[in-house]
This record gives sequence, structure tokens and C-alpha cells, in this order.
Amino acid sequence: MFKKLTLAGLLGLGLTSGAFAAGGEGHTEDYAFSFEGPFGTWDEAQLQRGLQVYTEICSACHGMQYVPIRTLEQLGYSEEQVIAYAESFPVIDPASNPELVDPDTGDVATLKPTDHFPANNALNAPDLSLMAKARAGFHGPYGLGLNQLFNGMGGAEYIASLLTHYTGDDKTEAGAVLYENTTYGGYFGMAPPLYGDDVVYADGTPATVEQEAKDVAAFLMWAAEPKMMERQQAGFVGVFFLVVLSVLLYLVNKRIWRPIKYGTKA
Amino acid sequence: MSGIPHDHYEPKSGGEKWLHKRLPIVGLLYDTIMIPTPKNLNWMWIWGIVLTFCLVLQIITGIVLVMHYTPDTNLAFASVEHIMRNVNGGHFIRYLHMNGASLFFIAVYAHIFRSLYYGSYKAPREVTWIIGILIYLLMMGTAFMGYVLPWGQMSFWGATVITGLFGAIPFIGEPIQTWLLGGPAVDNATLTRFFSLHYLFPFIIAGLTMVHIWAFHTTGNNNPTGVEVRRTSKAEAEKDTVPFWPYYVIKDLFALAVIFAVFFAIVGFMPNYLGHPDNYIEANPLATPAHIVPEWYFLPFYAILRAFTSEVWIVQFFSFITGGIIDAKFFGVLAMFGAIAVMALAPWLDTSSVRSARYRPQLKWWFWLLVIDFFALMWLGAMPAEEPYATFSLIASAYWFAYFLVILPLLGVIEKPLPVPATIEEDFEAHKSATGGTKTLPDATPAE
Ligand code: HEC
Repeated sequence: MFKKLTLAGLLGLGLTSGAFAAGGEGHTEDYAFSFEGPFGTWDEAQLQRGLQVYTEICSACHGMQYVPIRTLEQLGYSEEQVIAYAESFPVIDPASNPELVDPDTGDVATLKPTDHFPANNALNAPDLSLMAKARAGFHGPYGLGLNQLFNGMGGAEYIASLLTHYTGDDKTEAGAVLYENTTYGGYFGMAPPLYGDDVVYADGTPATVEQEAKDVAAFLMWAAEPKMMERQQAGFVGVFFLVVLSVLLYLVNKRIWRPIKYGTKA
Repeated sequence: MSGIPHDHYEPKSGGEKWLHKRLPIVGLLYDTIMIPTPKNLNWMWIWGIVLTFCLVLQIITGIVLVMHYTPDTNLAFASVEHIMRNVNGGHFIRYLHMNGASLFFIAVYAHIFRSLYYGSYKAPREVTWIIGILIYLLMMGTAFMGYVLPWGQMSFWGATVITGLFGAIPFIGEPIQTWLLGGPAVDNATLTRFFSLHYLFPFIIAGLTMVHIWAFHTTGNNNPTGVEVRRTSKAEAEKDTVPFWPYYVIKDLFALAVIFAVFFAIVGFMPNYLGHPDNYIEANPLATPAHIVPEWYFLPFYAILRAFTSEVWIVQFFSFITGGIIDAKFFGVLAMFGAIAVMALAPWLDTSSVRSARYRPQLKWWFWLLVIDFFALMWLGAMPAEEPYATFSLIASAYWFAYFLVILPLLGVIEKPLPVPATIEEDFEAHKSATGGTKTLPDATPAE
């Protein structure tokens, strides 16, 4: 009874959890990333390249308002580098420094660096802070959720695939230009942002479209889940101790039940 | 507490005697922990402890989350991100809480189906069963409101759809919906009251859990044979039972450790597997998601809700005889709550004199069909409301009701049960020799 039910339960859970029910019509290419699987790790150089792509290209339209800039130190930058980077995003803080007065309005204003990446939704571009968790690249089959069980949710794969799978076709609808994309599974509003050699990588990596796409996708995965490595580590520690505890309890259990079951003394 | 004869606590030292005269709390704990428990309980009897631990886990992680969460439509989503990024260990606590809800429901469904299979709901355990159903309803309320708190797209639209169900009640539906939401639509007032109740309900669940335990400690546990413990003398009772401590405490803790090892693997390596990606998009009242899908644990009942469309003859029939007061939407709501109500009535619908399905050759088959039906409904609840899923949902919903309203009452009359063992001891001994236990003594006895 127990085994049957557990099996049925596991299967059923996989079958039907909400996440994989809503399937897109698009197809996501399964790019390989260094952070996949329980033993995955960040590829620091890739994250740095991804940050560069985001900064030089995507940030023109997309914001990333939930990501604190200080956390960039996790990508291997020094504090000075991060401060310098933050200074490239000045914002008006009307509450502070009385020395600067806005010439148009007469309001008191000053420039100061932000602590988070700025928000931006030019042309209605969505915020990218959590994009890698807000999309699932893998679905099904048949709402069964097996693909996500074995391949992961596929958020980063979705982004990389989205950036590389434009068909080149576009159409105008209600005054807006829409571009066909096989990963999106139809037409949508983002013009192809990458053409190759859009950035010059400091580490000399050739900046092909696919390279840039994978780099920025990896970076966005980090942005959405910066604590992934800590989480996996905590998972390992938890599983390890619980397995040890299980073994000990199994032995104790066997031993205390022995007299009851076999009439022998322990 | 228990009707099963056993040794009671005797205060020995002076201090114990002093306290016992004033507050017999040690005695209460002793009797609870030493309660005689049927010695043939199988692994399906672990879920109660798992559920208790889930409740504790949810309350502890929840209290920490509340310290950093802000119930305000403008700040809620950002405050969850604050927990995920800035709070020490916040990301892990949040994922524990999020997946803890799923573990809670896995355990409760296993627990419920265990009771259905072994007839644990039958006399004299009806009160235990009814309180259990109340706990389950409160769990659903708590989980539903908790899912609204991160203020993602599914939070918002799930809340809109589910509270909209109340709007389907004739005449008073809309005022009730407005009253629940604190306004015409899901908004700040909704978020703050859901937050408040999400914090309150678990403590009501904790209280009901104690009553639940009190109730089945009064009747004694059921067991896989469904045969009652002999109670004429202590000596006889002792042949059928073992004290809860240490026998079942250790067994339950072992099961708990195994289950939590799997749970930690899920939290550590795929914490979003059971969630919906759309909930990482901040709530937007102006953009409806393509598919609004509830959490997996609501899907079976969600499927029943959606199964009864205006094309179904029974819906048309009720609509006709009530002059349109019961329309398809309201019928669906009644069906959904009815699906739980019929389950609650199982003790009175089941007419068989035998408790355990082990000795009910026909019920066994219907039971496993019910389990399959449950998973089928779960799957259908996640599918779009179109053919062929609509027809499947209708058939699956019909079976759910048929099991409780037709099969349980009828089988008691027509089924011929197998011979039931006279005592628990007999079953325990038979089981032992079936597994070869008496023939070979276990080796590797640890040196003493
Ligand atoms: C010219 C402005 C612009 C640039 C530059 C741009 N995007 Fe977009 N992006 C948009 C717009 C507009 C949308 C919304 C399209 C829609 O929903 O129809 C969008 C949507 C997206 C989406 C969501 C697609 C979905 O599934 O809904 C992703 C992911 C994305 N962009 C990633 C990127 C990345 C990565 C870059 C940098 C390489 C980038 N974008 C550069 C304008 C831009």
C-alpha cells in the first residue's frame, strides 16, 4: 500500500504541478550552462561578460530594479570597481544636497549613485531582475513536468534561445512592429538586440551572437538567483545530515523492534 | 485518556507529587507519550507526525519571514526580493516555507487516503475524521492566502479567480465577495487581511490538531486490520499494542528523517519546480496571464469546479428547476465544496461492517480507482478548459461523487468481506511468518 501510494504520489506530483501546465508554443534550445545541476557553479568570467552585454545593450530598454549593485562584488569585482560602476547610474535625489538647484524647476537636487540597478521600461520592456525565473523554457510533455524535473526550469536557456532565434520576419500591428521568434513562439515586441560584435570582450572571447546571448542569459540567472550556490550548499549539508540521521534511526528502530518482532532480547 | 488499559503515571519524588496535586501536566504528557498503540501499524501511519512537523516548520519559518515582509501592494513584491537577496539565510528560509506548503499537502493527502483505505474514518472515529477535514479546509485557506502574499501575477490573479467564486452565490454573492476582499477588487485591503489571517490560521490548526490527537487517543488508533485492540484486561491489551515511546517515536522519526532528506534536496536543488514562473512577475491588474493555474494541491478540486459547465445536463436541470438561481458557475462552486463535504460524510455513507479494505475485495478496486481519479483530476485541473479535457473532467468528477454517494453505501450491502483476523496479535504473528521473520533471526547483533 505504502509503496504504491508513494509511487503514485511522486508520479502524480510530477504530472501536474502548476509550473509545467501552462506550456508555450515556442521551442527553447537547451544550451549548456555551468551552473546547471546540483554540482553546478558560476562561471565568473561569463557573468562578467554578461554584465557587459546587459550594460551596453539591454539596459537601454530594460531595467533591473531589484538587483543591488553592491552584489556585483560576487562576480569577482573589487569594491572600487563596483563603486565606479554604480557611479555610471546617477539619479536625482531631491531630498538631499541643497547646493544644486534644478535650473528648470528651481527644485533642490543633487546627483548621487544608486544602490540598485535603475528601473527602466522604455518601449514597455519588462524588468529583467527576475526574468530568468519568470520564464520556463521547458514544459511537459503533456503537462507531466518531466522535462523540468530532468532539465531544470530552463529560464536561462529560454533567454539565450530567445536572443538567437529570430526568424528575421516582422509585421506591424496597431502601429507597433512585431518580430517573429521561434523561441517566443510567435511575434513579439523586442527588435533583435544582438547582431554579433555588439560588445568587445576584455578577455578576448569572440562576441558572436550565441556567445553574447549565453553570457547575458547566465548573468540574468545570477541576477534572479544570486544565492544559488549558497542554496545548493545548504541543500548538501541538509541532505548529508539527514541521511546520516536516517541511517542511525534506521538501526535504532530495527534494534528496538527486534524483541517485539522476534521475541529475542536486544 | 485512552480506553485501552495501561499503566498510568505515578508521581514518585516529593517535587513530582507536589506538582501533580496542583497541575497533573507530567501525567498528561506521560499518558500521551506512552499510549498503547497497535503493534501492527505500517508505514502509512507516519503521516500524522510528518504533518505535525510540517506545521511546526511552517510556523517557525513563517515567523522569521514576517519579520522582513511588508504587506503593502507597492512594497510586498520588493520585500520578498529583499528577503531573497539581503536577509541572512532569507533565501533558504523562504524556499523552505514555499516548499513546506507542498510537503504539507503531500502528507495530508497521503494521510487522508490512508484513512479511506483502512476505514479509519468509521465509528468510533468519526469525530477525529471531521476535525481532520476541518484542519484540511483551514490548511487550504491558509495556503491560498499565503500564495497571495508575494504579490506576483499568480498571487493576484489566483486571488481574483478564487474570491470570484463567492460572487457566484445567488443574491448575496457579490456583497460577500466585496466583504472578503475589503473592496470591489483584489487590492491593498485584500493583501493586509490575507496577511493577518495567514498568520492566524496556523494557530487554529495547531489547536485543532491537539483536539484531533485527543480524539483518536480516546478511541485508540486504527490499524491495518481495522480490528480493535482488546481491552478486557491490561495483559490482553499488551499483546496487541506497544507503547508509543519508544517504538513509534523512533519509527516515525526515521521516516521523518528520510522524508526531510528528500525535501531538503528539493529545496536545495530545485526549489521552484513546484511553483509557477509567473509568480516572479509583479502583480499587474491590467495584464491577465495566459493561463491562471492554482497551486498543484488545489488542482483536483479546481478541476471539479470547472467540470460543470452550462452544457452539462445536470447543470441545466438544476438551473431549470431553480428558475436559473443555480447557474453553471454556482453549480461548479457547490460541486467543489460538495466534493469535500461528501468525503466528510464518509463515516455515515460507508455501510460495511468491516473497516479495512484489506478484507474488502471489491472496495479495494474502487479505492485504487479513486486514487487514480484524484491524480487524473489533478492533471486535468492544470489543463486548459477545452475538449477533450472538459469531458474527462466531468467523468472524473462524477466518479469522485459516485465513490462516496453510491459505492460506499452499496458495497456494504453487496460485498462479501474476507475473514478478518480475530486479534491484532494474530495478524502481527501471521505477518511475521509471512516475511520469514521467525525462521531466520536477524544477524549482525551489535556487540554489547
Ligand atoms: C530596443 C529596446 C530593447 C533592447 C535593447 C532589449 N530589449 Fe528585450 N525587450 C524589449 C521589449 C519592448 C520587450 C517586450 C516585448 C513584448 O512583450 O512584446 C522585451 C522583452 C524581453 C524579454 C521577455 C520576452 C518574453 O518572454 O516576454 C526578454 C527575456 C528580453 N527582452 C531580454 C533582453 C536582453 C537579454 C537584451 C539584451 C541583449 C534585451 N532584451 C535588449 C526591448 C528591448
